[in-house]
Amino acid sequence: MDSVEHAPVKNNPVSSIESIRIPEIAYDLNVIKQKIHIARNVRILLFILPFAVMFWSLFIGRYEVEPVTVVKILLSQIFPMERTWTNADETILFQVRFPRIIAAVIVGAALSMAGAAYQGLFKNPLVSPDILGVSSGAGFGAAVAILYSTAAWMIQLSAFAGGILAVMGSYFLSKLYKSGQILILVLSGVIISAFFGALLSITKYVADPYEKLPTIVFWLMGSLSSVRYSDIYAILPAILIGGSILLLIRWRINLLALSPDEAKTLGIDLKQITRVIIVCATLLTAASVCISGIIGWVGLVVPHLGRMITGPDYKKLLPLTIVMGSSYLLVMDDLSRTLIATEIPLGILTALLGAPFFAYLLWRRKTGWA
Amino acid sequence: MEEEDRMGLTYSAEKLRFSWDGKRDIFRDVSFSLTTGEIFCIIGPNGTGKSTLMKCMIDILEYQEGIARLDGTDIRTIDRKTLAKRIAYVPQGYQVAFPYTVLEYVIMGRAPYISPFSSPEEKDLEIAVRAIQEAGIMHLIDKSINEISGGEHQMALIARALAQQPELLLLDEPTSHLDFGNQMQVLSLIERLKDRGITIVMTSHFPDHAFMVSDVVGIMKDGSFTTIGPAEKVITNDSLKETYHVDIRVEYVEIAGRKVCIPIKNQPGCYCPVKG
Repeated sequence: MDSVEHAPVKNNPVSSIESIRIPEIAYDLNVIKQKIHIARNVRILLFILPFAVMFWSLFIGRYEVEPVTVVKILLSQIFPMERTWTNADETILFQVRFPRIIAAVIVGAALSMAGAAYQGLFKNPLVSPDILGVSSGAGFGAAVAILYSTAAWMIQLSAFAGGILAVMGSYFLSKLYKSGQILILVLSGVIISAFFGALLSITKYVADPYEKLPTIVFWLMGSLSSVRYSDIYAILPAILIGGSILLLIRWRINLLALSPDEAKTLGIDLKQITRVIIVCATLLTAASVCISGIIGWVGLVVPHLGRMITGPDYKKLLPLTIVMGSSYLLVMDDLSRTLIATEIPLGILTALLGAPFFAYLLWRRKTGWA
Repeated sequence: MEEEDRMGLTYSAEKLRFSWDGKRDIFRDVSFSLTTGEIFCIIGPNGTGKSTLMKCMIDILEYQEGIARLDGTDIRTIDRKTLAKRIAYVPQGYQVAFPYTVLEYVIMGRAPYISPFSSPEEKDLEIAVRAIQEAGIMHLIDKSINEISGGEHQMALIARALAQQPELLLLDEPTSHLDFGNQMQVLSLIERLKDRGITIVMTSHFPDHAFMVSDVVGIMKDGSFTTIGPAEKVITNDSLKETYHVDIRVEYVEIAGRKVCIPIKNQPGCYCPVKG
């Protein structure tokens, strides 16, 4: 019996286990609460960031407006002032720059939230908002509308409908397999994306190469250059509904990181939360894409950036992706309209700068999962 | 704590049968009943359906025949949220897609108490911190779940289950993959939870553990219980040989103060009769 010679000599088996009772570690709940409280205040402070970038964005653009003039025009909205600027200055500020800034903020926030929510749903940090085919569906919808009409609202409506249709296609296709596995949903998304991609190619192939084809190609590159207030009003309901529901259920999204069995034993209705996330993320993405065209990388990169700052807890992460996403896309859009003499399509820029930036994040290995 | 107001629980299973394909039964004719504060230890070889039985007990998998009742109510008719407040389950393996801190991980156990549209409140934080302390991993509270060891993760899982404030705790192989120190920590935690009136069902590969903590032991073999009863009566040379097909001696060891199970190595797979 050499092997047990170190065991404590006790007659009662229970007490021999009791004897290795773990030492109580002193802790102060208030210290933990205080830490959480401070971290929350810091996050609230971060909400200044998008507003600061928005303010700064008003001053830059190809058409020269003196910074002093910008400030004066802005102040004149509140205080009565002597008019020392031209009508063109005011039009540039309120009809060109301002709607564009608002659109960039909304689209950036929406794509980032949708990306973050999908990364949670699919338990994978490499997922982007178009995983279920929303982008290829919207691209096809827009291309068909461009083929038959040039009315901007028609193109937007068709893109929105195409995006929704593609996601519905992916969802119901996955239901056919009756497996309930999240992987089947991903594969259905791949199938539907490929299908709508092919339809888009057909549309491009038959399009008039001098007039329609460039329009389609340019739309697909993504841009906010022609955004007007009416576009923003049109997408606002979808963005508000999708965004606020995701914000409301954001803590629950955490539970999807666990195995399905664990989530079930914690009382979660997996089917229901899956449907809610898909509907909300699709509303956000389809609404964004229909006014901006295809803008990649934002929905992938921004959630990573957020996780690096605050960790993966969606309670903190989702509000932060709004802050980071809106600021990020706004800066990108500022660059797209000022970097060179002509406009660079936004979708090109987000990928051109987003890809090396993402590579840098991976290199830092602080992405919050690697 | 809320648990103090609770009346106690009874859980009973009657003639449960489960099969994946309708042809080959994973288990059949499984019956047992539990009362408050009891530790029920299920032992048996790999692949006899211990884990499957546990999943059926909490309605993750649906059994084909029989009925499992919680306080007399068919568990399949109880909604998930209510069930989650009374029964917690600690799975054998774990999967976390993102590197949550231990505190964030444990607070997920509060899910059944939090409405879908809200987040944990201060009360939930307090309960989670207390659960972490009870599991003895306060020093890990800020650590990422991906950076802690397997034994520590097991403790975090148990802490998460405790944050559910369950009356019945199902532990699937809580001591597998753990070293001696961690095994004893888990077992001593189980003892303390029993003292608090939590009913525990655990599966184990180690008959020794049944001697250490259980009130009732069930030996599961080929999909049903061969015997159920106190460890002293159930775990014998004969029953272990019949279960594991190797010679195992159950001997009283004075220095340990209890019986221990010793596999006799020289003839693995030996079907010769056991003497004495």
